[in-house]
Amino acid sequence: MNAPGGSLLVAEDVRKAYGPTMALDGAEFSIHPGEVVAVMGPSGSGKSTLLHCLAGIVTPDSGSIMYNGRDLATMSDAQRSQLRRSEFGFVFQFGQLVPELTCVENVALPLRLNGTPRKQAERTALDWMQRLEVDDLGRKRPGEVSGGQGQRVAVARSLVTNPRVLFADEPTGALDSLNGERVMELLTEAARTANAAVVLVTHEARVAAYSDREIVVRDGKSRDMERVI
Amino acid sequence: MNLRQWSRDLGLGVRFAFSGGREGWIRAVLTAVGVGLGVAVLLLTTAAPNALEVRHDREQARLDWPFGEPPAKSDKTLLIAQSDTTFRDKDIRGRLLEPEGAGAPLPPGVSRFPAEGDMFVSPALKRLLAADDSAPLRERLPYHVVGTIGENGLVGSQELAYYSGATGLTMHVNGGGAVSRLETFGNPNPSHEQTDPVLLLLILVVIVVLLMPVAVFIAAAVRFGGERRDRRLAALRLIGSDSRMTRRIAAGEAMAGSLLGLVLGTVFFLAGRQLAGSVEVVGVSVWPSYLDPSPALAALVVLAVPTAAVLVTLFALRGVVIEPLGVVRTAKPARRRLWWRLLLPLGGVAMLYPMIGQGHANGDFNQYLVSGGVILILVGITALLPWLVEAVVSRLGPGGVAWQLAVRRLQLSSGTAARMVNGIAVAVAGAIALQMLFAGVDSDYTKATGKDLSRAQMQVGVPDGAPLAPTARKFAETKAVRKVTALWEGYLGDASWKTENGPNTLGALAVGDCPALRELAKLPSCEDGDTFVLDGGGISADGPNLNKPGKKLYFEQSSDDHSPDVLWTVPPGVKQAHSVKGLTDWERDGFLMTPSALPKAAEKRVSGEIYLSIDESVPDAYEYARNTAFRVDPLSQPMNWTATRQDTKFSSIRTGLLVGAAAVLALIGASLLVSQLEQLRERRKLLSSLVAFGTRRRTLGLSVLWQTAIPIVLGLLLAATVGITLGAVLLRMTDTPVDVDWPSVLAMTGIGAVVVLLVTLLSLPPLLRLLRPDGLRTE
Amino acid sequence: MSIGHTLLGLLESGPRHGYDLKRAFDEKFGHDRPLHYGQVYSTMSRLLKNGLVEVDGIEAGGGPERKRYAITDAGITDVAQWLATPEKPEPYLQSTLYTKIVLALLTNRDAADILDTQRSEHLRSMRILTDRKRKGDLADQLICDHALFHLEADLRWLELAAARLDKLKAAMHA
Repeated sequence: MNAPGGSLLVAEDVRKAYGPTMALDGAEFSIHPGEVVAVMGPSGSGKSTLLHCLAGIVTPDSGSIMYNGRDLATMSDAQRSQLRRSEFGFVFQFGQLVPELTCVENVALPLRLNGTPRKQAERTALDWMQRLEVDDLGRKRPGEVSGGQGQRVAVARSLVTNPRVLFADEPTGALDSLNGERVMELLTEAARTANAAVVLVTHEARVAAYSDREIVVRDGKSRDMERVI
Repeated sequence: MNLRQWSRDLGLGVRFAFSGGREGWIRAVLTAVGVGLGVAVLLLTTAAPNALEVRHDREQARLDWPFGEPPAKSDKTLLIAQSDTTFRDKDIRGRLLEPEGAGAPLPPGVSRFPAEGDMFVSPALKRLLAADDSAPLRERLPYHVVGTIGENGLVGSQELAYYSGATGLTMHVNGGGAVSRLETFGNPNPSHEQTDPVLLLLILVVIVVLLMPVAVFIAAAVRFGGERRDRRLAALRLIGSDSRMTRRIAAGEAMAGSLLGLVLGTVFFLAGRQLAGSVEVVGVSVWPSYLDPSPALAALVVLAVPTAAVLVTLFALRGVVIEPLGVVRTAKPARRRLWWRLLLPLGGVAMLYPMIGQGHANGDFNQYLVSGGVILILVGITALLPWLVEAVVSRLGPGGVAWQLAVRRLQLSSGTAARMVNGIAVAVAGAIALQMLFAGVDSDYTKATGKDLSRAQMQVGVPDGAPLAPTARKFAETKAVRKVTALWEGYLGDASWKTENGPNTLGALAVGDCPALRELAKLPSCEDGDTFVLDGGGISADGPNLNKPGKKLYFEQSSDDHSPDVLWTVPPGVKQAHSVKGLTDWERDGFLMTPSALPKAAEKRVSGEIYLSIDESVPDAYEYARNTAFRVDPLSQPMNWTATRQDTKFSSIRTGLLVGAAAVLALIGASLLVSQLEQLRERRKLLSSLVAFGTRRRTLGLSVLWQTAIPIVLGLLLAATVGITLGAVLLRMTDTPVDVDWPSVLAMTGIGAVVVLLVTLLSLPPLLRLLRPDGLRTE
Repeated sequence: MSIGHTLLGLLESGPRHGYDLKRAFDEKFGHDRPLHYGQVYSTMSRLLKNGLVEVDGIEAGGGPERKRYAITDAGITDVAQWLATPEKPEPYLQSTLYTKIVLALLTNRDAADILDTQRSEHLRSMRILTDRKRKGDLADQLICDHALFHLEADLRWLELAAARLDKLKAAMHA
């Protein structure tokens, strides 16, 4: 059952403090299935914290985060982990691939965490790597591939479980323009094909231009630009 | 100029060592503790020979029997009697003193002769006497304490000894030999300490086994904080220091830790020396003053240890190129080869091999070959383990996610994993070998005596001239004594004992009432006046051979007893009896007599023995019987029959080894934990992202466990194999049958396993903290 | 750039003479192109006619007639509307955007709002360009890239300017 208005993930009046710092101070957010929403804002504005709250990595101090009609705040850590494993996908700026595992093992990892047998998981992983044009890197380790390739492997990994929501935190932050562009094209295309919603945290307008709409986080408060205009 | 540059770079390194924040301190302190332990052990090593020498000299100086012809009574002679006793499991050296004139020699450490009823005691005995639960001992030694025996009269700080005054010892001189007349104490030609080769072997192995893991630990400790140090060194390169300068700075960092270690080591050694004065190992204790390292050796230690630390650092950096933009480890090292790694332990065995079967009898062991061989075998572990880990890990298939994460990580950096375990493996292998050696060499002490303990647990000789029956009654009335069996014992020979060769055939003789004799043999019937001949028994069939009616047999007589022979004519109708393993551990042969069958004249030719059955449920049960024996005759030596004699000796070594091994392992565990945490911190971001996409904490915890457990299991297997092999070789060298002490092998490997488990458990809370989502925050 | 809105905005902080207005404008926005008096008077008479300003008083004196202008409520609304309306994303917008940011600061309005609105408008264009690029040939891609980078540069400049002015404002109020 979806939230009112057909939203998949809705956050209301979310507050989160780290020590004395108010990272989120009444943030709002909503996203529909298949929608790409950019979260923008200056450094330290709380956009990463918002992403962490939306993804159930961090529990907010107050406010509600409804995913598919369920409040993340009332779920146990194990339930939220389960949710992240099966319904969400993640791409970060860097440091996310396990350096000891080969690329295909990295991509297969979320499936294996869900209990898929190794062979089958790696087959599926290879399919996704093909879609992201990195299937030739299967046997290599992350240390042996370029930044852009590694990021595409990470995108493949984030999509391998067919997530409903893909969380991307500065996914092109460490890449040059051309590689960043390619990653964004592949990411949004793959997400649209799979009808996955994408929460895209970025401070770059050119990256945000791949979104359908943007929200701005400033001083822990969010502003949905569509509603404003 | 060059020197100034060196000292400047080293000094810079020293400063870095302590300015690295908390981690820097932990690293420096752990290095220092490792180096400190090494230094302390080395100092102890240099002091040990001296300690044994001093002990030996003291022992020689207080020997209390006449060397050469016994002196005649004069005003310069002293009568001294051995009055040793045992309290619980502790031996007490006791001497009764009776000066025969003003010039009588004082024993070392005693300032004047105690009067009768007074005594001088050692400090340890004074404490023991004063203890609350020592009432039986106070009852046994009711003498008044008038002084303390000085250090020069004792061979160890924990020795229990007393000198008490006595009178009337004259009658015992020439008696049993327990009383001597002396003009001077000590051996006029003191022997030099002649170390038992097996003891020397033990000491050498102990030292090597103690030092090896410490060395491995130091090698590991100087690598702590490697990543941070690498970054710092890279930064130094960036601002223009050349690669040799950076190496010197790194060496300086290591030196800082080892200099601190020298200080710690000296403190450890001094503390250990004080402590050594209050402990007793295998009945041996020393005074702190004995442990005096020779200055030359001490200086060598002080120079060698920091130098070694610096060299290890430089060695560890040999495969590392420090570039301004970071540290490059030389490209993936070639696959590890087995052959040269096998050379080390094989070379060690080869060095030990020529000494196999040598034992006590065939002269000394070559110290260099022994140390070299043991070192090579133990060092062989550190060479074999990386190969083993690599070989095994590369063959491990992917299992669950946790397993896969761990195995893949190990495959990529099996060297690091093996290095972490090296110390534990060497310590465990050494401890296993050492324990096997101790167990084997000590097995004399632990063999079953074979006495039938259900019948009697204690034997007391009745002094000459004391009547047997009343003495037996005294014991019967003693607390905790359940049953008393009194026997006269002696020997019968087929010829006079005064002839040049003595009798050809001997038969033992035991005299007692019917119940007492039934303890020794199955008697067909028994009444007073009967005589029995025992059929053979295990030892000889001499009894039946002597049993010829009318044959004259001679009662045993000591060589200085010039009284006439006492004869016994074998009567007709001596009954046959079958001997049983009775009170004693052997089947008797010879004859049994009831009291009235014994000729009156023979009563002085047999000695009374009283066998006691003790109710062990009474606390201190044996002490009451000992007290009675002491009251009857302070010179008597009651014998305790326990299932295994001196069992405590070995068990104390075992405990000591376990404690020592556990301490070394705990230290290594601490270093393991530090490097584990260091690794985890480096992977903070990765771990957080794994958690983000839903990895269970359990999975990550398990992978950390596997990552430690796999190399440890391999290390312990290798350690057990090498340890048992080394132990076996050492036992063959001492000519002792090889017997693997499985419980201790299990105990040692078990401790190793516990250390791993602890390290994993202790690294879990920081792991979980790292897994908190904060780890994902970048700004 | 709208001179009328700028002059209106300047009046928001208080009534001024035409001469003062010109001076204030030149000082803040007209570094290379000072305003002509004629431009000021014609603009002011247009604003007067539209009821956005009123004459506050005439100062008699020896020289030419000197009128003092004040902003009306309608004028304030007009300024607010203008500030809230994003500019059409096109190259070389700086002077207009700059004027808006400075005026927002002078009139105690939030520069961040202008920024967010403008960014949104820019992103709208950028999305269209990005989409065109995705579907187009190499020439399209190159042209779109050029436009995209310029738009992005505008935004980044705007962000920086807003951040700097925010800092300045914080310093002023501190």
